[in-house]
Amino acid sequence: MSLTSRHLLGLHGVPKEDIVKILDSAVSFKEVLDRPIKKVPTLQGKTIVNLFFESSTRTRISFELAQRRLSADIVNFAASTSSLSKGETFKDTARNIEAMKIDMVVVRHQSAGAPHFLSRIVDANIINAGDGRHEHPTQALLDIFTLREKFETLEGLHICIVGDILHSRVALSNIYGLKAMGVNVSVCGPATMIPREIEKLGVDVYHHIDDVIPKVDALNVLRIQLERQEGGLFPSLREYHNYFGVTRDRLDRADKPITILHPGPINRDVELSADVADSEHSVILQQVLNGVAVRMAVLYLLSQSKP
Amino acid sequence: MTIKSVIMDEKGIERSIVRLAHEIIERNKGVVNLVIVGVKTRGEFLARRIAAQIKKLEEANLPCGFIDITLYRDDLQTRRLEHPELKGTEIQFDITDRHVILVDDVLYTGRTTRAALDELVDIGRPASIQLAVLIDRGHRELPIKADYVGRNVPTSVGEQVKVLLKEIDDKDEVLLVDVG
Repeated sequence: MSLTSRHLLGLHGVPKEDIVKILDSAVSFKEVLDRPIKKVPTLQGKTIVNLFFESSTRTRISFELAQRRLSADIVNFAASTSSLSKGETFKDTARNIEAMKIDMVVVRHQSAGAPHFLSRIVDANIINAGDGRHEHPTQALLDIFTLREKFETLEGLHICIVGDILHSRVALSNIYGLKAMGVNVSVCGPATMIPREIEKLGVDVYHHIDDVIPKVDALNVLRIQLERQEGGLFPSLREYHNYFGVTRDRLDRADKPITILHPGPINRDVELSADVADSEHSVILQQVLNGVAVRMAVLYLLSQSKP
Repeated sequence: MTIKSVIMDEKGIERSIVRLAHEIIERNKGVVNLVIVGVKTRGEFLARRIAAQIKKLEEANLPCGFIDITLYRDDLQTRRLEHPELKGTEIQFDITDRHVILVDDVLYTGRTTRAALDELVDIGRPASIQLAVLIDRGHRELPIKADYVGRNVPTSVGEQVKVLLKEIDDKDEVLLVDVG
C-alpha cells in the first residue's frame, strides 16, 4: 500500500484514493496515541530533517511528535539559528543535507514552490509543511480527517472557509482536498481577501457570513493575521469581527448545529468569539490531536524503501 | 502453486478449536482473569471462535481483542515491497495483570509472534502471555514456542500452509501448498 507520489508537496492533483489511504492509516495511528506507551518502532533507523525557514510552533511540534512516536531519528533545523543567516543559498543547504544521508525532509519555507524545488535536487522524500501562500497539505488532511470523524461521510457535506483566503495556504490545500473528497466548498471573506477567479477552483464565494451560515455543515475559520490590517485590507479588527466574526448569535440563527474548525492560533473575539471557540461544536482541540495521527500516517506511507 | 494435501477440513478445524479451548481452561484452572487477543487477519477469527467455545464450556464472556502487528514488523525498512495496509489494533480493555491468550493461525519463523509480544507489552503489562496456534509448521528463527497447538505439521521451506476460514474465505480448510 503506497501513495502515487514519493513526496507530499501539496494536495493539488492528489487522487481521492491517496487521501483515503492517509485518513484510514491515521485511524490506526490515533489508536497508538491512546496507549500508555505512545510509540511504535515503525521508522526505526530512518532519519528525518525538519527544515523550517519560517517560524512555526504547532506544526513543527506536531511533526516532531509524530516522528518521535514512530521512533525515527530527527534533526531540527531552523533558519534563525542556521548558516542560512550566514548567506548560504537554499540549494547549498539542501545539498549539505543530502550529503548527510537523510531519508525524509519536512520543509516550511516562505516561498511558494520551495518543497517542489527541493524534491528535484535531493533524493529524500519531501513533505511540505507550508510554502508561502501556496499549500499546507498536512493541515488540510487533518481538517478533513476531523470532519470525517465527525460526519462519518464527507460526500455531499458543505464546508465554508472563512477569512483571509488570499494569503492562506491552509485554504488552498483545503479546497483541493475537500473537492477531491466530494465536499461542496465555499469561501467567505472581505473582497480584498478573496483571490480573483477563485470560482474556477469550483468554490462558491460569499461576502456576507450570514448568507452562508444557514447552508453549511461546518465552518473552517482562518486566523486573521494582524499585520494585514496595516496593509489596508480591512479597516479595523473590530470591524472585521462585526462583519465576519463567527459568533454565537450568528450560529444560533441556523437551524442545526454547525461544527467549527480553526487551524490555530485563535485570535479570540476577532475571527471567532471566545464562547464559540470553547463550545461543544468546536473541534479545534481534536484537530490538534488528529494532526499528530495524520502526520504519522503521511510519514509511514512515504517512508517505504526505495524501489 | 499446487495443493499437496489437505491438512484439516471443516470438521478438523472445529475439533481443534474445541480441544484448544479445553486446554486453555485446563491449564489456567478456569477462565479467571483471562483475555483473548487474535493476531489479524485470521487470528482474529480463530480468537472469536475460541472465545465462543469457552463461553459454551464455562458460560463466561472473555474479553476479546485484535492486534495488527504491521507497525512492529522487522522488515518494514529492509524489504523492497509495498508497506502493508494498516488494519488497526482493537483492544478495548486493559491487559495489565491479565493472562493474555495470543491466538494466530500459523506459527512459522516466530517473527510475527515477536512483533505481537512487543506490541502487547507496549499496550500494558500482562500477568502472562500464552500462545495458541492452529498450525505449527516449524522452521523457527527466534526462540518462541506455542503453549497450545492445533496440529504440528512438518513442512519444507518451499511449502506454504494456507488457512482458509469461512469468515473471509468462504470455507474452512487448511492446505499444504507447494510454492517452489
